[in-house]
Amino acid sequence: MKLTGSKILLECLVQEGIDTIFGYPGGTVINIYNDLMDYPIKHILTRHEQAAVHAADGYARASGKVGVALATSGPGATNTVTGIATAYMDSIPLVVITGQVPTPLIGNDAFQEADIVGITRPITKHNYLVKDVKELARIIKEAFFIARTGRPGPVVIDLPKDVQMATCKFEYPDKVDLRGYKPTYSGNIRMIEKATKMVLQASKPVIYVGGGAALSDASSELQELAELIQAPVTTTLMGMATFPKTHPLSMGMLGMHGTYYANMAVTECDLLIAIGARFDDRVTGKIATFAPHAKIIHVDIDPTSIKKNVRVDLPIVGDLRDVLGKLVKKLVEEADEVKGLVERGKPWLEAVSAWRKDHPMFYKTAKSVIKPQYVIEKIRELTAEDAIITTEVGQHQMWTAQFFDFLKPRTFLTSGGLGTMGYGLPAALGAQAAFPERQVIDISGDGSFQMNSQELATLVQYRLPVKIAILNNNFLGMVRQWQQLFFDKRYSQTCLELPIDFTKLAEAYGATGLRATKPEEVEGVIRKALETKGPVIMEFKVAREENVMPMVPAGAGLNEMVLAS
Amino acid sequence: MRHTISVLVENEFGVLTRVAGLFSGRGFNIESLCVAPTLDPTISRMTIVTSGDDRILEQINKQLNKLISTIKVIDFTGTDYIEREMAVIKINAEEKVRAEVLRIADIFRAKVVDVTARSYILEITGAPSKINAIIELLRPIGIQELVRSGPVVLGRGTKAWKAV
Repeated sequence: MKLTGSKILLECLVQEGIDTIFGYPGGTVINIYNDLMDYPIKHILTRHEQAAVHAADGYARASGKVGVALATSGPGATNTVTGIATAYMDSIPLVVITGQVPTPLIGNDAFQEADIVGITRPITKHNYLVKDVKELARIIKEAFFIARTGRPGPVVIDLPKDVQMATCKFEYPDKVDLRGYKPTYSGNIRMIEKATKMVLQASKPVIYVGGGAALSDASSELQELAELIQAPVTTTLMGMATFPKTHPLSMGMLGMHGTYYANMAVTECDLLIAIGARFDDRVTGKIATFAPHAKIIHVDIDPTSIKKNVRVDLPIVGDLRDVLGKLVKKLVEEADEVKGLVERGKPWLEAVSAWRKDHPMFYKTAKSVIKPQYVIEKIRELTAEDAIITTEVGQHQMWTAQFFDFLKPRTFLTSGGLGTMGYGLPAALGAQAAFPERQVIDISGDGSFQMNSQELATLVQYRLPVKIAILNNNFLGMVRQWQQLFFDKRYSQTCLELPIDFTKLAEAYGATGLRATKPEEVEGVIRKALETKGPVIMEFKVAREENVMPMVPAGAGLNEMVLAS
Repeated sequence: MRHTISVLVENEFGVLTRVAGLFSGRGFNIESLCVAPTLDPTISRMTIVTSGDDRILEQINKQLNKLISTIKVIDFTGTDYIEREMAVIKINAEEKVRAEVLRIADIFRAKVVDVTARSYILEITGAPSKINAIIELLRPIGIQELVRSGPVVLGRGTKAWKAV
């Protein structure tokens, strides 16, 4: 049967099992939108293309499926760029479909033309311009395969209008053949044997976990390994929810705003097992003093991540579940030696406990003013274990990482690599679309919230009951903090002087607005929001000049943390 | 250190931009880049001359491999290989230097491919060092225009690199 390009696209999405997409119509995708009405695909109309991509991203992070976004050519396509770059930096599987002007017009500066394939080349795992309808089914098959396999990432398909209208026989290929793309899943057994030896020789091991563990759903293997060898575990922002923060071996986050004890443990350890992490500068601080006494084992599916920033003694390329599974198996075979290791490691765990006792993660409580950290702790207390938390970027994001006890994988969605303000609300929207019954909460600042606040309309329209907690300090708090600490309190352009009534904003969109100005009102507001059926903004007027502490100043080593005074 | 890398890539739209963009985006250096289709018209072969320390070269290799369009990456450094470059040189050939130019061309086995009353065009192939040498000899005589192809390389011996 012959089908048009736009129908082929939709057939392919159905065959890929896609039931929800996020997008925004326009001239060069009008054919797709017309055909969409006849397909069993739910389309969520965001109010900005950037939000459509973040929503697809949140959907993907929460569900583990590929997220799909659709936008028109030109400005529609360029609006997706921040969303795509966000997903690329955090390795999130997305397929973003953009309309393009008809092929004869490409290159002529036609109306709403932009070279989106050129623009997105460095921020996609791969991208395509479809020039012939006969290639379309194969390209879509490849795009989904590339997006979800290996180290995941976003793939853009640019689809000119005349290709959407052209017809050809439709057949969805059942497999892909990409001779240049063959990710390594199975960890090399010799390397794993070497790793086993290194682990068994260690006395002060630390496991350092990144977002790869979330992407590969390796939480249970990770926990098995940590418990078997009794190694303390620290995670990056992206690895946060993969290891329960209340676990006795958890040291919380490391790096710039990590815990003192995690950073000291990394500095003093003699074996660092890096799992699906990429030694980002916010994690390592000064490279020269990062884990100076440690042998480093680095497990990652992407060879380019290994030895990019730090020296590595033993690289293992492969899927984390496979590698960790094999490693645990090898270690179990050496039960006696593992016993010795655990025995040897006892003083090490005591040292970590002592650091934790000396400098725990804490904040000064207050009676008259709401502390932002208190709000975050209360949200944890009052929400379900599997509640999905998203954040924007800034102080509130770091406080969430520090004070929210994440317990389940895929419950913390945040823009780690790119650090995109305005990510959290649309990501929450996407996560809620994936899991209509679960609690989804966007923890936000007043600055970030205003970067995509238009998505309140989408929440209300689609009855997505996302709860938004705005920690309102009337500042761009993180930059203000840096100005306070490193620029003599010269608050250049970080005071958002206009006080906004966020509860009225909520009401304007048909959502519910609640406000707390005193600590004793916090719990009531959160309870009421969680009981409310639709979307809610909770506005918390918080201490204005609270800082995120402790902190490793830029360029300093992890052992040079500035502690809260 | 200087490295010569061959990259077998899908012969498709935009692949050169992917490779060039990778180098510029990550701050890697490209000294020269040659590209043309191979015997198999669906595959192109790029020869890239680059430089950097071991860590950078490891990243270049890995990053090139990571591109979906890349089929194979071969770093010839430390192996036995043939390196050839072509230069085409338009040189001053006034009466008093005409014979000298021809003598130099003869020594280097360069061919004269265009002649006018006041100029020659020489065509020369060889290792880049040989090209450098003839350029240095010709420079005082007056090179008017020069084009170099950048080197292409092939490993010595019977072993051949195939795409898959």
